Amino acid sequence: MEPEAKDCREAFSQTLIEMAAADSRIVAVVNDSVSSTRLKGFHSKYPARFVNVGIAEQNMVGVGAGLAGGGTIPFVCGASCFLTGRALEQIKVDVGYSRRNVKLCGMSSGVAYGELGPTHHSIEDLAWTRVIANLTVIVPADSVETEQAMRAIAEMDGPVFLRLSRMPVPDVHGPDYRFAPGKAPVLRPGNDVAIIATGVMVCRALQAAEMLASEGISARVVNMSSIRPLDHQAVLDAAETTRGIVTIEEHSTLGGLGGAVAEVVVGSRRPVPMRILGIPGVFAPTGSAEFLLDHFGLNAEGIAKAARELAQRN
Amino acid sequence: MIPRIEEEINDTEAAQISALRARAGWIRMRSLEMVHHARLGHPGGDLSCADILATLYSHVLHLDRSQPEAPGRDRFVMSKGHCTGALYSTLASVGLLDESELKTYMDPLSRLNGHPDRNKVPFVEANTGPLGHGMPIALGCALAARMQKADWRTFVLLGDGELQEGSNWEAAMAASHYGLDNLTAIVDRNRIQQGDFTENTIRMNPLADRWWSFGWAVREVDGHNYRELLSALNSLPFDPGQPSCIIAHTVKGKGVSFIENRPEWHHGVPTEEQLAAALAELKEKYGA
Repeated sequence: MEPEAKDCREAFSQTLIEMAAADSRIVAVVNDSVSSTRLKGFHSKYPARFVNVGIAEQNMVGVGAGLAGGGTIPFVCGASCFLTGRALEQIKVDVGYSRRNVKLCGMSSGVAYGELGPTHHSIEDLAWTRVIANLTVIVPADSVETEQAMRAIAEMDGPVFLRLSRMPVPDVHGPDYRFAPGKAPVLRPGNDVAIIATGVMVCRALQAAEMLASEGISARVVNMSSIRPLDHQAVLDAAETTRGIVTIEEHSTLGGLGGAVAEVVVGSRRPVPMRILGIPGVFAPTGSAEFLLDHFGLNAEGIAKAARELAQRN
Repeated sequence: MIPRIEEEINDTEAAQISALRARAGWIRMRSLEMVHHARLGHPGGDLSCADILATLYSHVLHLDRSQPEAPGRDRFVMSKGHCTGALYSTLASVGLLDESELKTYMDPLSRLNGHPDRNKVPFVEANTGPLGHGMPIALGCALAARMQKADWRTFVLLGDGELQEGSNWEAAMAASHYGLDNLTAIVDRNRIQQGDFTENTIRMNPLADRWWSFGWAVREVDGHNYRELLSALNSLPFDPGQPSCIIAHTVKGKGVSFIENRPEWHHGVPTEEQLAAALAELKEKYGA
C-alpha cells in the first residue's frame, strides 16, 4: 500500500502552535496569507502574538528583524516567491547581515502554484538565499523533518530560511529521526551512484533508487535538507565512493542544491561527473505542479535515467 | 527602569540647552573631521541631524551604559544609516563609544564602517544603509514591546528623501493600524537628497498631511531648536493610541555657511582648508 502523502504545512502549523505554548517568545508574522500559511489556528489561539502586516513583504521582513531585536522569536511566513523576491534586501541586511534571530518561512515554494504561472513559482529562492552570509537554509523532505527542523531552528539563535512545499509527500523519515543543520542523512545505501535530493524530491529519489535496484544498480540516496550549512562530508563521501552524483531539486538548475553540491565536488580528490536536475533555467509553461515536474523530468524515471547514465560510464 | 544618559532633573532648562548646544557642536566638528579623514561620508546629513541626535541621546533614550543590549532599553533605529559621522560621534559624545575610535572612521578593518553594523558597534540597533529599512524594524520593536507589555519605547530617525522608499509607508500604515503609541518617527526634513532638493526630485510636501493621513499624530518643530525638540520629545505620545511623527525642519549642512543648503555637500569631502574654516566657524557658533 502506498504510504499516505501529507502536506508539510500541517506539521508546520501544528508544531508552531506547540512551540508557542512552551515558549512565549515565539510569535508569527504574515503578509495577509493567513490561510495559505495554515496559521488560522495559531491566530485564534495567540491573537496577541500574531502580526498581519497586510500585503507588504518588505515591511514583513523588517518587522521580523525588529521583533527579534525586541526579544521575541518571530516566524515570518509568506509565499516563498514573494517573501524572498520582494524582500530580498531586507533578508540580506535586516536579517542576515544584522544577524537577527528571525525564522523566515517560505511557503508553497518551487512550482507548487503550477497553473498560476512563473510569477508565483519560487524556483530562484535557494540561489538567492544560500549566498547570504549568516543565513541557515533548510528544506525539509517530509512532515517528520518539517517538525524536527522547526524545533531545531527555534532552538538556534540566528537567522534561518525554511523552505516548505505545498505538495503532499509521504514520510521518508521514521518517528525517531532527529534533524540537525549541516547533517545529511543517508536514506538508502548504495555505491554505484549517489542521488542527492532536497525537499519534496527526496521521496522521488527513493523511488528512483528502487527502480535502479531492479536493474542491478545500487544508488545511494542522501537527503540534503540542510542547504546551508551543507554537509560537505556527505558530498565528499559520495564523490569518493560512487561513479557519479545526481542532484534533484524543485528549483532552477542554476545556483541551488546542484550548484552547492558541485562547489564541493570540484574540490574533492575525486571530482566525479554530476547531473543537476531541476527547472533548466527557464520560466515554466502552464500546468499543474505534477505536470510541470513530469514535464521537466523531475520524477523517478527522470532521476533513474540520469543515474543510469552515470553508473554505466566507464 | 533604565535611566536616561543625563538625568539632569535639577538642571535649569537654560543649563540643559547650553550643554546640548555644546554637545551638538562637538558632534558636528567630529563628523567633519571623520569625513575629512575617510575622504568619504555624508557631511550634509550629519550636520542636519546633529541637534536631534544630541537631544535624543542626552535626554530621551533610556540606555544602560554597561549593557548595550539590556532588554529594557529604548530602541533607537538610525534609518538614515549613511549619517554615521553624526551617529558615531554622538555615541562618543555621551560616552557610549571611545572618542579615540572616531579617528578610525572607515579605515581598513575598523569597526566604524561607513554604515553601522550592530554586530561590531555597541548601541547600534540595526544595520542600516539601504534606505527604507528603519521604519519596518522600528515597527517590529514597538510590536515586541506591546506583546511583552514592556514600557520601553522605540524611536526611528528618517531622512526626508528616504521617504520616497515605499517600505516606509507600508510600515506607517501598519503602525497606525496597530495603534502603536510607543513608536516615534522623527523626520530630518533637510529638503535635500543626493542629487537635488527633494521638491525638485520627487515632491514630499505636504509631508505632515501625508503622515497624518496614514494615522499618525504629527508635530512640526525646528530641528535645530533644542527647546522645541525637548518639548516635543517630552510630550510623547502626542495622541494616546496613535504613533507619533516629529517632522524636524532642518538645514542640510547646518552650522557651516559654505556647506549649508547645498546638494553637492550631501557627500562632499572638505579639503584641509575647508575643514579648518568649518571647525573655526563651528567653534565660534557652538563654543564647543
